[in-house]
Amino acid sequence: MTVAVAMAVEWGARWVEVRKLLERPGPFTHPDFEPSPDTLKMMQENIRVLVIGAGGLGCELLKDLALMGFTNLHVVDMDTIDLSNLNRQFLFRKKDIGRPKAEVAAEFINQRIQDCHVTHYYNKIQDFDDEFYRSFHLVVCGLDSIVARRWINGMLLSLLCYEDGMLDQSSVIPLVDGGTEGFKGNARVILPGLTSCIECTLDLFPPQINFPLCTIAHTPRLPEHCIEWVRLLLWPKENPFSEEMPIDGDDPHHLSWIFEKAQKRAAEFGITGVTYRLTQGVVKRIIPAVASTNAVIAAACCTEVFKLATSACTPMNNYCVFNDSDGIYTYTYEQEKKEDCVACSQVPQELLVSPSDKLQDIIAILTDSLRYQMKKPGLQAMVDGKTKSLYLHSPASIEEKLRPNLKKTVEELGLRDGIEIAVADVTSPSTVLFKVKLKK
Amino acid sequence: MIKLFSMKNQKKDGSDAPKQGSQKRASAAQLRITKDINELTLPKTCDTEFPDPDDLLTFKLIICPDEGFYRGGRFVFSFKVGPNYPHEPPKVKCETMVYHPNIDLEGNVCLNILREDWKPVLTINSIVYGLQYLFLEPNPEDPLNKEAAEVLQNNRRLFEQNVVKSMKGGYIGNVYFDRCLK
Ligand SMILES: [Zn+2]
Repeated sequence: MTVAVAMAVEWGARWVEVRKLLERPGPFTHPDFEPSPDTLKMMQENIRVLVIGAGGLGCELLKDLALMGFTNLHVVDMDTIDLSNLNRQFLFRKKDIGRPKAEVAAEFINQRIQDCHVTHYYNKIQDFDDEFYRSFHLVVCGLDSIVARRWINGMLLSLLCYEDGMLDQSSVIPLVDGGTEGFKGNARVILPGLTSCIECTLDLFPPQINFPLCTIAHTPRLPEHCIEWVRLLLWPKENPFSEEMPIDGDDPHHLSWIFEKAQKRAAEFGITGVTYRLTQGVVKRIIPAVASTNAVIAAACCTEVFKLATSACTPMNNYCVFNDSDGIYTYTYEQEKKEDCVACSQVPQELLVSPSDKLQDIIAILTDSLRYQMKKPGLQAMVDGKTKSLYLHSPASIEEKLRPNLKKTVEELGLRDGIEIAVADVTSPSTVLFKVKLKK
Repeated sequence: MIKLFSMKNQKKDGSDAPKQGSQKRASAAQLRITKDINELTLPKTCDTEFPDPDDLLTFKLIICPDEGFYRGGRFVFSFKVGPNYPHEPPKVKCETMVYHPNIDLEGNVCLNILREDWKPVLTINSIVYGLQYLFLEPNPEDPLNKEAAEVLQNNRRLFEQNVVKSMKGGYIGNVYFDRCLK
């Protein structure tokens, strides 16, 4: 009885500190900010936040957002829980091993934090369409994959609406992205179409370390060379499990096989240091995770989500690096938008055509009009989620196959209103996007 | 700085049921490969084959050297461009069994720009020229086929004979090579 009362009191005072930020003006509040008790209500009742990843960063993100007052949270993750996660992914227990991370994380938060509701999706982010992503106000990422980051970046950029070349700001869904690597981390705010995006700064991601194949094959010096030898050369040759079976880094049978063969290889060359753990690390390309770095980066990300959702404070502009390997170093700066970024510099230009226009007429517009003056445009459309090559100037083998398209009409090619056509030409450093608009 | 949310347009109804989806825009990797392919300038010794012209991510490159040890031969390489292109290089394998110091019998190719020296500014064209160069100047310093490399280093005449023999179809040591003359 007493316990229940104590709990109630504690929950009752729950928003005192958040209210101070939302119901009073202050030196750091946004110029447009109007202090009001409605802001907290809006945050709790309306704002839908998508968290991508329920791993080291994801657990922190969900906990922080839930405790901050967001109640409508959604989490996507395609992984299941492994024993090695438990030291830092604190929403999981030993009994949960093997279950989907998203599901267990959602269960834990829903049970522990009153009024918070987390919806989980045990999926890849690529399983969902634009309608799904459009339904969120904000997306926060705690991912360790560059491919996934590039994908969500592309998705949010594709949701932007333009009217007469002007961005409709209500179509902007901010992306708050966190990343960690050992004692280093970064947090950034991306306003798709307005600030630099993932693709603008692709060279900030460290390149994957690839050893020369001949070193791996004949002159290994490191334990990693031995593991890579098994992974790249021995596995496809011996197909130890079945023909064409790719390596599954989560399958202990696969890892044990690789580990044993790598040990043998290492012994042959007098190399020491091949362990099961290292094997797992090399095969899965694991970078050791540090719980405290995750906590700091997730906190920074969630603070930004709070600022963006409430306008209580101007958001970070726009990239923060953090390093606690030797003391603490942190620095925030504005990562600039790249003028010729393939992803975000593109405002799809309207291409006004009639259904009876032939592809060669469209190409003539691109080459002859003063506006474009292209030389050898290559055109590829995106139809029903699939790429469709319309015409390419090179190489000869493909040009021949596509040449009949030149005589086909817009209608025959299936180019409907709103379909995007990517046009590549030597006159532009990156592919340019057009959006088909049919003449009425 | 824009104010992203006005209190009025707050309602977003997402139906929580996930739909099998796809992006309506081509991915950055696709946009880039379209440009790479449209601007491909092949040397006269090279040709390509696209099994599906709508899919520019999977194709074959055929090299028919007209000089050097391998003149008269025909060598097929498969290219697979992944979703992380150009952050990561494409995967390239030699489908023709070839007696070559830098290509092993499983078709793995030792070319620096395919692995350790890959940079996103490089293009499919750079790889085509890199592969063509491998046939003009096989490099015994970075061997994948160690036997072939040793022969090239110690006895160029014998190496040349072995290459011709292998391209006509025949045994080198106890390895059989299929005929791959043009
Ligand atoms: Zn960009």
